[in-house]
Amino acid sequence: MPNMSLKKNEMPSQDPNVRNKNFLEVALGYTKEQAIDEASRCLNCKTRNCVSGCPVQVEIPDFIKEVAAGEFEKAYEVISRSSALPAVCGRVCPQESQCEGKCVRGIKGEPVGIGRLERFVADYHNENSKNETVKPESNGHKVAVIGSGPSGLTCAGDLAKKGYEVTIFEALHLAGGVLVYGIPEFRLPKAIVQKEIDGLKALGVKVETNMVIGKVLSIDELMQEYKFEAVFIGSGAGLPRFMNIPGENLKGVYSANEFLTRVNLMKSYKDDSDTPIMKAKKVAVVGGGNVAMDAARSAKRLGADEVYIVYRRSEEELPARKEEVEHAKEEGIIFKLLTNPVEILPNDDKFVGSIKCLEMELGEPDASGRRRPVEKAGSEFEIPVDCVIMSIGTSPNPLIKSTTKGLETQKWGGIIVEEETGLTSREGVYAGGDAVTGAATVILAMGAGKTAAKSIDEYLSR
Amino acid sequence: MFKILKKQELNPTVTLMDIDAPLIAKKAEPGQFIILRVDEDGERIPLTIADYDREKGVVTIIFQIVGATTEKLNAKKEGEFIEDFVGPLGVPSHVEGLKKVAVVGGGVGCAIAYPIAKKLHELGAEVHSIVGFRNKDLVILEDEFTAVSDKVCMMTDDGSHGTKGLVTNALKELIDSGEKYDEVITIGPLIMMKFVCALTKEYGIKTTVSMNPIMIDGTGMCGGCRLSVGGATKFACVDGPDFDGHEVDFDEAIERSSMYKPFERKAHEDTCNLLKKEVQ
Repeated sequence: MPNMSLKKNEMPSQDPNVRNKNFLEVALGYTKEQAIDEASRCLNCKTRNCVSGCPVQVEIPDFIKEVAAGEFEKAYEVISRSSALPAVCGRVCPQESQCEGKCVRGIKGEPVGIGRLERFVADYHNENSKNETVKPESNGHKVAVIGSGPSGLTCAGDLAKKGYEVTIFEALHLAGGVLVYGIPEFRLPKAIVQKEIDGLKALGVKVETNMVIGKVLSIDELMQEYKFEAVFIGSGAGLPRFMNIPGENLKGVYSANEFLTRVNLMKSYKDDSDTPIMKAKKVAVVGGGNVAMDAARSAKRLGADEVYIVYRRSEEELPARKEEVEHAKEEGIIFKLLTNPVEILPNDDKFVGSIKCLEMELGEPDASGRRRPVEKAGSEFEIPVDCVIMSIGTSPNPLIKSTTKGLETQKWGGIIVEEETGLTSREGVYAGGDAVTGAATVILAMGAGKTAAKSIDEYLSR
Repeated sequence: MFKILKKQELNPTVTLMDIDAPLIAKKAEPGQFIILRVDEDGERIPLTIADYDREKGVVTIIFQIVGATTEKLNAKKEGEFIEDFVGPLGVPSHVEGLKKVAVVGGGVGCAIAYPIAKKLHELGAEVHSIVGFRNKDLVILEDEFTAVSDKVCMMTDDGSHGTKGLVTNALKELIDSGEKYDEVITIGPLIMMKFVCALTKEYGIKTTVSMNPIMIDGTGMCGGCRLSVGGATKFACVDGPDFDGHEVDFDEAIERSSMYKPFERKAHEDTCNLLKKEVQ
């Protein structure tokens, strides 16, 4: 008999007032008993809407059935047939708008906690599995993957399993892309990312760090001199956007990319780190996405007393995962919604002193279908802050585009691909992830990496 | 890991290192930079490429010991390794087509000005090098500049070597004496570049500056190196490091460069103490 409880098993978590002072993971994960209990809420329905909601089509009811039976390793096998990074996805996917958003149980009550179960299964496997990875026999084909973020890792993993000789080229000193420089430790422990990368290396994938493709080597050189027969570009999102309001270059104004890179990649939250970070007392984060939540919660953990999310639309339009918004609120982040910054003002030392904002109200829907925020006349007010973090998106990195002849891009810089295959305008060159779509999610990037791996396999098997 | 093939003290605070980095040496051009990390957990710092030898696969860096990281780097010996070395980053300096150029370098900035002077000389341009230092003990690359320049003005603040005065004094004199430059290229402390630009603006001479702001990734990701150039936000790592000096907001750049001053001072002291301990 299925468990007909209308609510998910709650996720054991660190207390909000404890965790907002440390960088340890917030969610602690289900116990075996909780996992089995949650899994028994799945009705194993015929329509399998959840699977269609997953960008990499994990066979969700099948793995949940194994969890319910206590067969956790078998559950892992089911997931890993479709997903290269289950421990990551279980933590960072926006399940509410994907698998869980389509779950029948969600019509009356809460959907099955698919993300939590995926995380449990992946963690169980990582802790208990003794299976030695067997390196597949080489098929003699060489493929280059540019970027070691979610799309690159997925593409590399899928190809390596088929026997391709894959080399990943990473620009930074550490592999993982946004999983290591962007998403904070408290949401995605770096040891988990490292484990996934070690797994790929065991499959024979080579990882070359400090390789800025477009500078040290071009795509043409990779293909002609280094004899890579196909290339996948997963170089991710690029330069941060700013609002172009006065005061944005004051000391104490960060892009979210810079702030998070300092904290995560360079570990500036640790006292012995060589990389400095400003430990501000009052912080305004401008934007409403996952990155904004990560920045706000990191600032709080660095010791800020007051952290504001300044967002020009209302709560309903916040693009962040619901869970991140809830966690942020629990941790004491203050939401200034329907608020738009117009100027950042300096203090006497020419550091940030305050942020001047306008109140907004929602008007008619705009091109994105969301109601357009409109300024309320005469509503100007100032919030005293000593740090501002701009988290309003990124524009694509120009390095590969500008050094690869014949690689077509959108006007805004995104690489143009055939949606079904990931093929770019250059033969043998594929692309996916934020470099194609602009800032999006980990799982969409993984989906694109998967699609490209399949196309590359078909292309090179011809 | 990247091997230090050669280490040479140019003066008590400035060191030259040849690094074994064949891929970077193959592509490097004057004006470009590298990012390095001395050791694991170290910070990433940008250094402009001072020279390169494509055949030997060597990239030369010259750095001044100003903080914790450069102190640690300077503690490394010949034959030892540095953790990360990535490049060549940034856009190469545009030197093609120039017939007569004044290259103005200040302090350790001369290490960056030198490869540009050399390249101009190789391309057949007339090169006037104006190099400034605080005093005689801090002078670097004098012979090198002499070898690639049609004229060298050596300036020191205290007159202990060459002529007493600032680089702007020498540049003004040359211009006033009738020298006609296609372009002035200047590299050094922000304050020096600001005053060189103020001078050349008066005379209407195109001036290129090489900016070296605070950077992390150096690949167009973090935006920490942003500058206001002609009223627009530019990123030194991918749009520069060279910019039209008459368009750069130097006052803002000077402010931004001081953001971590207290932290840097403390980190430098800690490192010095640490290194001292290791020696004992």
